[in-house]
Amino acid sequence: MKYKSQSVAKLYFIAAIALFVAQILFGLIMGLQYVMGDFLFPAIPFNVARMVHTNALIIWLLMAFMGAAYYLVPEEAETELFAPWLATLTFWIFLIAAGATVAGYLLLSYSELAKLTMNELLPTMGREFLEQPTITKLGIVVVVLSLLFNIGMTILKGRKTSINLILLLGLTGLAVFFLFSFYNPVNVVRDKYYWWWVVHLWVEGVWELILGAMLAFVLIKVTGVDREVIEKWLYIVIAMVLITGLIGTGHHYFWIGTPDYWLWWGSIFSAMEPIPFFMMTVFAFNMVNKRRREHPNKVATLWALGTAVMAFLGAGVWGFLHTLSPVNYYTHGTQITAAHGHMAFYGAYVMISLTMISYAMPLLRGRNAANPGKSQVLEMWSFWLMTVSMVFITLFLTGAGILQSYLQRISENPMPFMVVQDQISLFYWLREIAGLVFLIGLVLYVASFFVGQNEPEAAVAD
Amino acid sequence: MAQAFTKAMARNIFYGGSAFFFLLLLALTFQTEADFPNLDNRAALEGPMGAKITKGKQLWEENNCIGCHTLLGEGGYFAPELGNVYTRFGNSTDAIKGFIASRPENGIPGRRSMPQFHFSDEELTALAEFLKYVSEIKTARNWPPNIQG
Repeated sequence: MKYKSQSVAKLYFIAAIALFVAQILFGLIMGLQYVMGDFLFPAIPFNVARMVHTNALIIWLLMAFMGAAYYLVPEEAETELFAPWLATLTFWIFLIAAGATVAGYLLLSYSELAKLTMNELLPTMGREFLEQPTITKLGIVVVVLSLLFNIGMTILKGRKTSINLILLLGLTGLAVFFLFSFYNPVNVVRDKYYWWWVVHLWVEGVWELILGAMLAFVLIKVTGVDREVIEKWLYIVIAMVLITGLIGTGHHYFWIGTPDYWLWWGSIFSAMEPIPFFMMTVFAFNMVNKRRREHPNKVATLWALGTAVMAFLGAGVWGFLHTLSPVNYYTHGTQITAAHGHMAFYGAYVMISLTMISYAMPLLRGRNAANPGKSQVLEMWSFWLMTVSMVFITLFLTGAGILQSYLQRISENPMPFMVVQDQISLFYWLREIAGLVFLIGLVLYVASFFVGQNEPEAAVAD
Repeated sequence: MAQAFTKAMARNIFYGGSAFFFLLLLALTFQTEADFPNLDNRAALEGPMGAKITKGKQLWEENNCIGCHTLLGEGGYFAPELGNVYTRFGNSTDAIKGFIASRPENGIPGRRSMPQFHFSDEELTALAEFLKYVSEIKTARNWPPNIQG
């Protein structure tokens, strides 16, 4: 850690990991509800567990992105953070708002929460992933604006690197597109159309700029490859992200009452969306092969390479699997979508967050370069357990989804939804077992922070 | 990559390409907005049931129905598609109302069940009218593929 103010990142990273644990626990609850329908009913109905699962994910990724920004912006700009106290203050605001929101989900019925937070004044609740009460959404806006101000001022007074500018651009896009969450017309088609301007333009747009900046930063650090080379790659990757992904939004405009021409625009452009992910994989492996130093933080490098591979598989390959409209006609809204969602979010955004945490946390905790060997080995175990179990979760859900599409939509005698769900329950059981392995990986991950911290560190520069 | 290809060129492709395709997205959005009146069943919203549908959408949202069900394929994958539930239930709003009203308080042992929301008759009507309105949206290729959703 070169600048004192970078230490605010630590708070964000710790909260991110705590919410990650909550996310996985509720994921396991949901997974069990898929096969034991009355589990925890009516105390925690499925929709509540799902809301906690997805919202905890979104919030912890935002926490990780913010932590990453507060860590890397000062280092790139070569100056202290403009207002570290503001970053600390907004952290607590964000954490309390997130905690209160989750408590509201669990302790109140959703309609009571809507009443309590006066949703009728500006109705924004009850839409997938945007279930947060309007006041929480406003809180998110304030927290992100304060982040933008803080890192923007830091960049202004310091060195302007491409990584910093791209990160700033990505976070600005995140703030701008989130504003569409406040637009909620009664007209369902328009509601859905602009809902995707938050969801798609986040995860298949501006978030990838944030991902790219974080990956490039860590690669520079662990490989020592020339910044010019890495930043050139970064620009090319994110150029392809937006060139394919902006019109790629169209793959969500197939069946929601939008005009026919979107079948073509969406299919063609989103079919190209794997390209930037493939380039990212080539990029990451190239840089590591050309490394000019042997950085002692081996596990951070492992996470970085893992991100590149798993993002390509999850977002790229599993996205392509069902993105052509003739295929999507049968798979839309089935477990295929769930399979893709799981591996894409894990591969791209979870793994890049863990990459950043893995790189920065030892430094934030006062070590010179890396965690001791024992801790790194444990973290590598967690890497493999979580990653391999996520591959299996994805494969089982894909199996479930193929069968579901066939039985419910393709076969000569299409069966009702609930009948089909019973037929494919074996896959849900297998998914739940894979989920338990994931949890073991996560427990090891958390444990790795508490192992071998007293061991002396081999002397290493930088 | 060849040395002739510089970072400045890569940056220009990024800014130029992003700007171009964002403008294209805006253009397609304008065209889509122009086509919406023929597809999105807005006549129902402007008709005599408009206020009920509005109320129904509010209830749909404030009870987080999307957390279990899909609506035109979007939402939770835990419970049946509701974009076409009106047709699946024999074009009957009464059937929809009856189903929602009759959910047992403590669920069905061992099975997935829908919570009992204790809606008033007026609220049930609003929800059913909302679902009827959605079922009459003109989706491409008449998605979903069949009555099962």
